[in-house]
Amino acid sequence: MTSGISKADVVHVARLARLNLAPDEVAAHQEQLSRILDLVGAMDDDRLAQMPAMAHTQDLVNVLREDVAVPGLPREMLLRSAPDVEGEFFRIPKILGEPE
Amino acid sequence: MTQWEAVIGLEVHTELKTATKLFCGCPNAFGFEPNTSVCPVCLGLPGSLPVLNAKAVELAIRVGSALSSRVQASQFHRKNYFYPDMPKDYQISQYDVPVNAGGAVVLRSGKVVGIVRAHLEEDTGKLVHKGGDGRIGGADYSLIDYNRSGVPLLEIVSEPDISSAEEAKEYVSELRAILVATGASDGRMEEGSLRVDANVSVRPVGSTELRTRVEIKNVNSLRSLGRAIGYEVERQISEYESGGSILQQTRHFDEASGKTLPLRAKEEANDYRYFPEPDLPPIAPLQAEIDRIVGELPLLPAGRRVRLFGLMPGASSDQVEVAVTEEVWPYVVAGIEIGVAPELVLARAANELAALVGNAGFLTPERFAEVVALEERFSPSQVKLLLKEAVSFDGTVDELVAKVGLSSSGAEDVRAMVGEVVEANPEEWRRFVAGDAKVAGFLLGQVMRKFGKAISGAQAKAALEELARGAAGL
Amino acid sequence: MTDGILTLDAGALSAAVRSGEVTAVEAVEAYLAQVAVQEPEVDAFLSLDADAAIAAAEAVDRARASGAALGPLAGVPVAFKDNLCTTAFPTTAASKILEGWVPPYNATVVDRVLAAGAIAIGKTNLDEFAMGSSTENSGYKITRNPHDLDRVPGGSSGGSAAVIASRMALLALGSDTGGSIRQPASLSGIVGLKPTYGRVSRYGLLAYASSLDQIGPMAATVKDAALMAEVIFGHDPMDATSLRAPIPALVNALMEGVTSFRVGLVSDLLEVASPAVASAVGRAAATLAQLGAKVETISIPELALGLPAYYVVAPAEASSNLARYDGVRYGFRGNGETAEEMMVASRSEGFGDEVKRRIMLGTYALSAGYYDAFYLRAQRVRSLVRTAFQEAYSRFDLLLSPTSPTTAFKIGERSEDPVEMYRSDVCTIPSNLSGDPAISVPFGDEDGLPIGVQLMGPALSEERLLRAAFALESARAEEGER
Ligand SMILES: [Zn+2]
Repeated sequence: MTSGISKADVVHVARLARLNLAPDEVAAHQEQLSRILDLVGAMDDDRLAQMPAMAHTQDLVNVLREDVAVPGLPREMLLRSAPDVEGEFFRIPKILGEPE
Repeated sequence: MTQWEAVIGLEVHTELKTATKLFCGCPNAFGFEPNTSVCPVCLGLPGSLPVLNAKAVELAIRVGSALSSRVQASQFHRKNYFYPDMPKDYQISQYDVPVNAGGAVVLRSGKVVGIVRAHLEEDTGKLVHKGGDGRIGGADYSLIDYNRSGVPLLEIVSEPDISSAEEAKEYVSELRAILVATGASDGRMEEGSLRVDANVSVRPVGSTELRTRVEIKNVNSLRSLGRAIGYEVERQISEYESGGSILQQTRHFDEASGKTLPLRAKEEANDYRYFPEPDLPPIAPLQAEIDRIVGELPLLPAGRRVRLFGLMPGASSDQVEVAVTEEVWPYVVAGIEIGVAPELVLARAANELAALVGNAGFLTPERFAEVVALEERFSPSQVKLLLKEAVSFDGTVDELVAKVGLSSSGAEDVRAMVGEVVEANPEEWRRFVAGDAKVAGFLLGQVMRKFGKAISGAQAKAALEELARGAAGL
Repeated sequence: MTDGILTLDAGALSAAVRSGEVTAVEAVEAYLAQVAVQEPEVDAFLSLDADAAIAAAEAVDRARASGAALGPLAGVPVAFKDNLCTTAFPTTAASKILEGWVPPYNATVVDRVLAAGAIAIGKTNLDEFAMGSSTENSGYKITRNPHDLDRVPGGSSGGSAAVIASRMALLALGSDTGGSIRQPASLSGIVGLKPTYGRVSRYGLLAYASSLDQIGPMAATVKDAALMAEVIFGHDPMDATSLRAPIPALVNALMEGVTSFRVGLVSDLLEVASPAVASAVGRAAATLAQLGAKVETISIPELALGLPAYYVVAPAEASSNLARYDGVRYGFRGNGETAEEMMVASRSEGFGDEVKRRIMLGTYALSAGYYDAFYLRAQRVRSLVRTAFQEAYSRFDLLLSPTSPTTAFKIGERSEDPVEMYRSDVCTIPSNLSGDPAISVPFGDEDGLPIGVQLMGPALSEERLLRAAFALESARAEEGER
């Protein structure tokens, strides 16, 4: 596996992750991520192609809940820890554009 | 000059009719006070975990079965993107292994529209834009209500098999009918329980190429869907014909101008970074469970049509379309089941009943069948009157008939009732038979006093005269 | 009696409270006195509430006076890692992004421990969002190793480990995603159990890597760890990955010994350990053999792939789990003209460097074009590691290895080099990848710094792990007496 990550990659990934990196941070992340990717590049074994991708450690299936309503949380309790509210709503600055 | 055809695929999101949300026990209900149907799970509070609603899975399988999809073992994935109406900043959805794969919807015209998949996912909260011009771009700030967050959705993705705005409307209304018939959705587009995105492109007739497509987001009525697609198809054709090209973009339909307009261009291409949801084990429905659900499916609109045309090969297809709707169909079934002539049932159901069914009151399918059955004795206009009256009348059908001033009693019964009065008044009867017409009023008055609820004056009069003719003949 | 409170283990203290020999208030006051002495040195707590602890203890004493049956942890002072939701304390995961956030609900484990009669003393420090092996990545403070205040207590459950090691509480809860219970237990000289994935409900645990995270007990003795395990194990309908397996009687089984056990000494993990650590593990193997176990060496080379796979899977899941910290609904909000700018500012200012590093790494590993090479490949490695473990467990009841390659390192020694820090987890990560249980138990020291040995077993083998750990602990105690 090739190691190394370009500056453009770092900027792109930071954008996806909604992180703002200063120029010196971009450089630091580029260097550190490249080193980590070297470490990660050690995942190599002839048998891997035959191995199933394991998403869960358990063999559980069909863990379901009955469709029965249970009480939620009082609104005041939720809004109390919100950074900004207006009346009964959470409030945020204006949104530019639509979701992706 | 080039002839063009449209290539349209639709993504229909329908809210499933469960009591609770997809991953928590909060009520799934429309019209709650803002932020009152919420809990740590559907608010995505740190530490909370989703647990899947069994009913949502059952409804998804019901719809899949109705669409002839392959119901399969499936897994939830996380679709990662940031948006303030989405509490976890990822949506739990299905990706490469949806619960339902493949399938088809057969339109009225007989055209088959393929289904790619029908998968489960959670809805987002609702944004209200404040200040400015109230539209998203010009607002000063936004408010969020998370009541809808986590409501179960089924996303039904069609193949790009649809080739006109009219066909798109036909597809959505047929799909809507299926969703309502299976009990999966209430199908209310205006309340947002059915939302449609359309992928539209055009190509020269005869070509099989797929050109750049445009996605029209969130159209909220059938009429708008037709207008939006109609406009977009024309726009693309004229763009190509004037030598231009089409950009891959998302547009929204502006009701006022009747045009589709581009949404703000994205800063980056979508990269949803799907990966299997670690908090949710896979779903693997047992075959016996799927068989049970299939066995419990009601007759779907297409099957209803087949049944009606089987009974009445020459039936009017307009009447049949009304009869197979969810509201009218139970009345049709009730009428046919008690042995009323299907043609009569269809005619009354498609006309008089269809006008009443939105507010049917006491006019149940059983009552409808009883009333339509009376048409053997009463005139059509009398039966129509009875149907109308039945809506607000709480009583037996005989009482209904009496109330309307008709008799539900058979000719034999009426004769027996009149006979009773005749026996009790032998002197008056003798005079009447002898030709004293003045005494008829007295006898009829006696009959009506005694049996007025069950028979009409006209019937009583007819029976009295018939008896008198018999007596005179003796 | 009250003078000796600090010498009682959890079982004995709770028995004394139940019998009335000691009141819960006396117990809590004894521990609070210890906190007053130790905490200024050790800095293990992110929040403390002495008044609330006394009030809770009074409630236990009142319950006893009214004749109510008291739970198995009656009057026992406990501490919770600060990534477990508590309504009585703020819950921050040691992140500035959650400063002051008080959850509206308790984690299931917290409810269970409190229902058993335990008294919550406070919330313990950790590496921010449990990302780290030294507790130096906390957004608030650095916790020190009670055995040497210039050294780290390990991490990420370093606060809980230090609290137990300095006897500021009798029991603590930690969480373990790649070794975060066992490694600090080893470095701080206490017992730490990572249960089978799904044994303990994760509801209310601030998720780091959901497919790896597991909550477990941290205690001074194996018996205390077993006692707490009995309280927190068991199915929870709020966690779809929670197991329905019956809970064994763990405490009662401890004395049953190791005579029939086949123990595999994992040579690959011995090779990465320092000489002192390797020799302690060797002595542990010899001790188990003396006690009747059949000990053999086994090589499991696949385990070497665990470290890189972990550093793909964990950051990938973390990048998604930590997306919700966006300044909209709770926690810190940065400034921004638009919602977008506000979210970016909240995250950029609210998260610390290591958290950002892992979010970046995980986002990259999941992004278009890299998913197969990183995430998918790491998932295949998980299968490979599990298969290798399954083969080993077909021949052995337990595996023995170091917990950490070294003893506690100096504060600042590895914090500049993330990759070097990551290597601290090489012995503990494989059991998280496979979802199997493992325990770290103290076994010797190097120049006064504790050394822990790790016992690993197949799924649901906690009883076996605790029995073997108890045997090692008892043997050490006898050695000490001799
Ligand atoms: Zn909820």
